[in-house]
Amino acid sequence: MAELTLTPNLDRPDDFYAELIAAHDGLSEDESAAFNARLILILANQIGNTQVISAALRAATKPDR
Amino acid sequence: MNRLLWEKENNMIHDRYQLAFKLYPYERSTDQDADAPVRHPVVVMGGGPIGVATALDLGLQGIPVVVLDDHEGIGMGSRAICFAKRCLEIADRYGCGQPMLDKGVIWNLGKVFHDDRKVFEFNLLPEEGHKFPAFINLQQPYFERFLVERVREAQASGAPIELRGKNRVDDVTVHDDHVTLEITTPEGPYTIEADWLIGCDGASSPLRGMMGLDFEGRVFEDSFLIADIKMVNDTFPTERWFWFEPYFKSGASTLLHKQPDGVWRVDFQIGWDIDRKTELQEENVRARLDAMLGEVDYEIVWTSIYTFQCRRMKKFRHGRVLFAGDAAHQVSPFGARGANSGMQDVDNLGWKLGLVIDGKAPASLLDTYDTERVFGADENILNSTRATDFITPKSKISHIFRNAVLDLAEQYDFARPLVNSGRLSVPCVYDGGPLNGADALPGGPSRTRPGSPCPDAPLDDGYLLDQLGGSFVLLTIDAEAPDGLEESGIALRRVALSTSGAASGVLAERYLGEAATGVYLIRPDQHVAARWATFDDTATRTDLRHAIGLE
Ligand SMILES: Cc1cc2nc3c(=O)[nH]c(=O)nc-3n(C[C@H](O)[C@H](O)[C@H](O)COP(=O)(O)OP(=O)(O)OC[C@H]3O[C@@H](n4cnc5c(N)ncnc54)[C@H](O)[C@@H]3O)c2cc1C
Repeated sequence: MAELTLTPNLDRPDDFYAELIAAHDGLSEDESAAFNARLILILANQIGNTQVISAALRAATKPDR
Repeated sequence: MNRLLWEKENNMIHDRYQLAFKLYPYERSTDQDADAPVRHPVVVMGGGPIGVATALDLGLQGIPVVVLDDHEGIGMGSRAICFAKRCLEIADRYGCGQPMLDKGVIWNLGKVFHDDRKVFEFNLLPEEGHKFPAFINLQQPYFERFLVERVREAQASGAPIELRGKNRVDDVTVHDDHVTLEITTPEGPYTIEADWLIGCDGASSPLRGMMGLDFEGRVFEDSFLIADIKMVNDTFPTERWFWFEPYFKSGASTLLHKQPDGVWRVDFQIGWDIDRKTELQEENVRARLDAMLGEVDYEIVWTSIYTFQCRRMKKFRHGRVLFAGDAAHQVSPFGARGANSGMQDVDNLGWKLGLVIDGKAPASLLDTYDTERVFGADENILNSTRATDFITPKSKISHIFRNAVLDLAEQYDFARPLVNSGRLSVPCVYDGGPLNGADALPGGPSRTRPGSPCPDAPLDDGYLLDQLGGSFVLLTIDAEAPDGLEESGIALRRVALSTSGAASGVLAERYLGEAATGVYLIRPDQHVAARWATFDDTATRTDLRHAIGLE
């Protein structure tokens, strides 16, 4: 069974982050939100496994402080 | 009339800043009484850390060098506090690494906070078997003083270095084969000439202006307030603490870091639209500090507000004029890449200029200073720009992502590498560099590939780096080679090591990897030029010629 990876897995984290932020350059807030939505759907398709995605949804939920 | 002109006509030079140490008071030079302008092989404009280090590098090679600075010593207030391993290794090659290490504070642990929560902590986990730690914290005035003290020592043993205080360069004329400098002193103006001029006159470089040269890059619209404070009973540990959006609201981010003499650096991000004068009033600085520190007694040692830019000159070489340090490139302080990279400029330039002046290398070797150090500057600018973007997000969405990373990093390891409160200075590897030769050591470690700065390693007596640098070296490990070799006027010094000694496991790991034997051609700046499994006379000579720009 596939598991959600929560240990470092990006090959070049700083490059990824810079590219992610740059992709939003010049977008309005609504456009950014829509961009993020499209991106999540694309990445979800790449993951493919619903169990992993469910685990990711849980991980992204902010715990009560 | 503008101030400079007025001062010039009245033979006055005003200090632009207060001095921490007066180390090179004005003295009349015989050049000022000469009938015709005296010609010097090398003149360095600017006696900051980079200018003085340049003078040391050249002076220790026996090349006469004159440093001109418009002050009589080192400015008050520490700008740089974090000095990295490579920078200390370079200083050590010049003979002043040890006093820096002795005075400095060594730290390994960093903590990152968001609001009132600790996000995570990191340990620099220093690798064993190096003479110098990953970092020391040391006030910049001390760093500069140790350099100047080393100059005095070198002068006493004959190094042809001159430091001229209160000598302000007001104009230059660049010719094909020399440069003419107009200098103002308290006793009036004079003129000298230089075969080579090195511009080490800092981020706002007047020399760049005089030559009409560019300095392009990005301005960051944020201000930072520095308070260096002495705590009466300091209970804070020797760690780097960084807050994003601290609960005590003294800034959008805050850094706390220890320096020698019981002094702490506190650095508040206070926004772009501020009134400097108001912010620097003691009661306002104290209000921020009190909110952060609570019931702690402290004394304010120095305060300052800085803004910053990430930019560089297009080219560091302009014929007979070479730029180094902040004059050539400027980065945000996150990552401590300013002075640390300036020292790497000096390291790179010194031996090349030395060979050119001695007539052993063509002047085009100096173009490789430009190529290699522009490469280094771009790496530093990239890293410090990214850190700055993370620390001071400029759009709502980048702020949301930044805080999402911090939230996740609190719980999940995966997000921690994305947290960027400064990627701390590491030396540049000149991958694909114009002077690199063969990489012919199958199984050899990646960290010692051509272009890399040699990593240190313990030997049975002392450290490897003590044996390297200053001249070209043929390092042989468990390999045969002739003891002395001369090529194109360069004496290649052999350092023969074996892995049978007690401390040699580390040496083998860093220089042999899976190989049984290794032969390294190492540049005077301790960077690897080429490497092979065994010695080959023709290959060595070819790559040595290549490394000095002959082919
Ligand atoms: C807040 C802050 C924190 C920093 N922290 C770090 C850190 O932790 N680590 C790090 O490595 N770097 C750090 N830096 C960067 C570091 O301070 C600089 O990179 C370093 O001082 C550059 O040295 P320099 O010799 O090139 O220039 P400077 O130190 O600026 O020296 C230039 C010299 O030229 C002289 N000069 C100027 N004009 C003339 C003229 N016309 N004639 C003669 N002389 C002239 C000046 O008086 C001065 O002495 C920091 C900088 C700031 C602002």
